[in-house]
Amino acid sequence: MTDFFGGIFAAFELVFSLDEDLVEISLRSMQVTLSAVVISAFIGLPLGAYLALSRFRYRRFAIALLNAMMGLPPVVVGLVVYLLLSRSGPFGVLDLLFTPTAMIIAQTIIVTPIIASLSHQALRELWHQYHDLLISLHTGKFQRMKTLIWDGRRPLLTATLTGFGRAIGEVGAIMIVGGNIDHLTRVLTTAIALEVGKGDFQLALSLGIVLILLAVLVNLSVHMLSKTERAGTW
Amino acid sequence: MVSTLLPAECVGVTVKRQGRTILGPIDWTLEDECFTIVLGPNGAGKTTFLRLLHGLQQPRSGKVVWQKRGADLYCAQSFVFQTPIVMRRSVLENIRYPLSVRKVDREESYKQTRYWLERVGLADKSELDAASLSGGERQKMALARALITRPDIVFLDEPTTNLDGASTASLEAILKSAQQDGCKIVMATHDLSQARRLADDVVFLHKGKLVEHSSSQLFFDRPQSDLASAFTRGELLT
Ligand SMILES: Nc1ncnc2c1ncn2[C@@H]1O[C@H](COP(=O)(O)OP(=O)(O)O)[C@@H](O)[C@H]1O
Ligand SMILES: [Mg+2]
Repeated sequence: MTDFFGGIFAAFELVFSLDEDLVEISLRSMQVTLSAVVISAFIGLPLGAYLALSRFRYRRFAIALLNAMMGLPPVVVGLVVYLLLSRSGPFGVLDLLFTPTAMIIAQTIIVTPIIASLSHQALRELWHQYHDLLISLHTGKFQRMKTLIWDGRRPLLTATLTGFGRAIGEVGAIMIVGGNIDHLTRVLTTAIALEVGKGDFQLALSLGIVLILLAVLVNLSVHMLSKTERAGTW
Repeated sequence: MVSTLLPAECVGVTVKRQGRTILGPIDWTLEDECFTIVLGPNGAGKTTFLRLLHGLQQPRSGKVVWQKRGADLYCAQSFVFQTPIVMRRSVLENIRYPLSVRKVDREESYKQTRYWLERVGLADKSELDAASLSGGERQKMALARALITRPDIVFLDEPTTNLDGASTASLEAILKSAQQDGCKIVMATHDLSQARRLADDVVFLHKGKLVEHSSSQLFFDRPQSDLASAFTRGELLT
């Protein structure tokens, strides 16, 4: 046990020493994850709104598919993206494999269904509530989507943060498509996996602490900015 | 004001739900001017009738013919629902919403919204979350939201059913003044005394059928049908 607590103590020391490598890896984690989450939100939120208020032929199927995609195994996503981006793959000419861009692509594929599915669930209820009014006011489809997204912004923020939580802790996919290359594609999660493999548990632990701190920090600041705590009802 | 939408003619309209005819067939003309009350007991088809006229409900057969079509028609009508629809916004933004849908200039839309906030007596509540309003205040907000577009016609579906006396009185006063501004009002109610207070003419529905349509005076003094006569005496219709 003393070993464990000693490890934690040393880990905190490392965290607050603001080690150059540690800062670099942390920043890359944030860059990759935030990019993926922003892209996913731009796709997932309108998609969720569209599914909530549209009636089309394969709607049920589309929703079922989306829900199923929420549970995509990241390793498989990583593998597929790897094959697509590899030299001999269809997008090989872009030369993206083992770059942060490849990691962002993989994470976007993982996170978009999560954000879309959760926002669909939240907005379906809202649409049910608004339906008669918005039809009566003769709104267009785009206006309806805009209204739902704006008025549903709190649950949508939660959906987006859920996507962020999934992405920041993800390791399988980005390990495969990023390759965990030092100073290029190494991020917190892949670095932890590496250090554990090497047996440097103390370093792994300190990286883990940074990871948790970052996740908490992002959640807190988003909530502060949106004043969720103050406005009780929504 | 003479509305260019009216008269509107119902030609053999019926509405079916789950294989049952819940409204019609109705042949009837909605005239301009005056305060029209759609009267009838619960389940008579008042809601269905108003929704049909407003275009929220499609007829199974027959049609409703207005003097205008498309956007000209829909933009000149408003609907106030029995249970007010409260958007997750401030009171002010709830009332302003129809103007923002119509892309009215921002400055102008806020000016008009402040006017309506005053007129329905919600000025001091404008920045509150609409969800925090009482039932009566919510319905006043819904009414302001319906009137802010200066419609030719407003449909109201039993707007005062869940309100107390004071709220009902102030809502009725707002309606009266809207009528004086030249707005045609079509309001459903099952409340006889409210019909007496407000109606210029009465449409009496029972079990989905239009039983009687006459001026308020005629309807209450000398109802033509047995059903209407029983209803005006306060008897329970079965
Ligand atoms: N969605 C529906 N499905 C089946 N029946 C309905 C539906 N909506 C209304 N009805 C029936 O149609 C009749 C008229 O309803 P409604 O127009 O709401 O009456 P009112 O507003 O006068 O109380 C009622 O008997 C009601 O049960
Ligand atoms: Mg009704």
